[in-house]
Amino acid sequence: MLALNFFGATEGGLFDINATLPLMAIQVVALTYILNSLFFKPVGNIVEKREKFVSNNIIEAKNKLSEVKKLEADLLTQLQSARTEAQRIVSEAEHESDLLYKEALELANNEANASKEKARLEIESQTSVARDQLSKQADDLSELIVNRLIPEK
Amino acid sequence: MFFNSLLTNFAALEVGQHLYWQIGNIRLHGQVFLTSWILLGALLVFISLGTKKMENDPKGLQNLLEFLWDYIRDLARTQIGEKVYRDWMPFIGTLFLFVFVSNWGGALIPWRLIKLPSGELGAPTADINTTIALALLVSLSYFYAGLSNKGWRYFEYYVHPTPIMLPFKILEDFTKPLSLSFRLFGNILADELVVGVLVFLVPLILPIPVMFLGLFTSAIQALIFATLAAYYIGEAVEEHH
Repeated sequence: MLALNFFGATEGGLFDINATLPLMAIQVVALTYILNSLFFKPVGNIVEKREKFVSNNIIEAKNKLSEVKKLEADLLTQLQSARTEAQRIVSEAEHESDLLYKEALELANNEANASKEKARLEIESQTSVARDQLSKQADDLSELIVNRLIPEK
Repeated sequence: MFFNSLLTNFAALEVGQHLYWQIGNIRLHGQVFLTSWILLGALLVFISLGTKKMENDPKGLQNLLEFLWDYIRDLARTQIGEKVYRDWMPFIGTLFLFVFVSNWGGALIPWRLIKLPSGELGAPTADINTTIALALLVSLSYFYAGLSNKGWRYFEYYVHPTPIMLPFKILEDFTKPLSLSFRLFGNILADELVVGVLVFLVPLILPIPVMFLGLFTSAIQALIFATLAAYYIGEAVEEHH
């Protein structure tokens, strides 16, 4: 039944060391070479190839990303300068139109003033002419009245 | 009567009995080689199937094998170091796979159903010859690794912090293979014995948790063996400053 024969009566036993040991060692060494050519090398090749591929792609993507960022920054500065340029042009145009407006206004004012002055002078001259005429007529009339009232002596 | 004899047939424990093969003057433990050939054959078939059609996008078995490869690489790299782990990865991986396949094969396959004239089939790692062979290979490997990497400067390691360490370091060269081989041998044999005794006493249900524990132990032992082997090699190639 429960044959717990630890050290073996006739032969064997748990600690029976014999040629199994070196043969097993040789077998494991052979297994190492077999597994190396069958498993470790091919799988290692494909895994490392893939790792290289992935890391290359990551590096490439990083490069591209930095390039994109650089371009973006470039564009931003360009946009900024375009904006300031536009602002400058708009303000310049505003200034110019302001000047033109002022000029035109002054011109119009001057013209108006001139014609006003001219009209005033004309009115004045006509008024003086009319006054002269009137005073002459008044003189005539007064003379007539005097002549009538005081008959010739 | 019938039940009793069935029980006896299934649960008889044969410890320390071997199936002897006599080749000329040398004697071998046949059951160890038989199980190891079956298990290694299965392992090689499995690996050939998985690496038959390798693709850049791994599928099925290739996925599993790549995971395994990655696991072994991480193990070797963390213990041995970035510089020389490549040279030793196949050896560490083979140790891991051999011990793992042997342990699990011994625990999972109902070997008792196959009758042998003497002894019984079981995990190859439950035989002291196998574990000593593995441990001696580890010893040779770390000596070779140290000598080939550093030449005679390897022996600086023995007096590394102070020369007082010399006897202890020399002693370590003996304790390392001893502990490696006996740890593996003891764990696997003890697991087989515990399961065997439990099956003998209570053939139903009760042994199942112990069997699961045995599977756990088997996997852990494989990992421990490979990790220690890698650690010893790493220790030998490490540069002291």
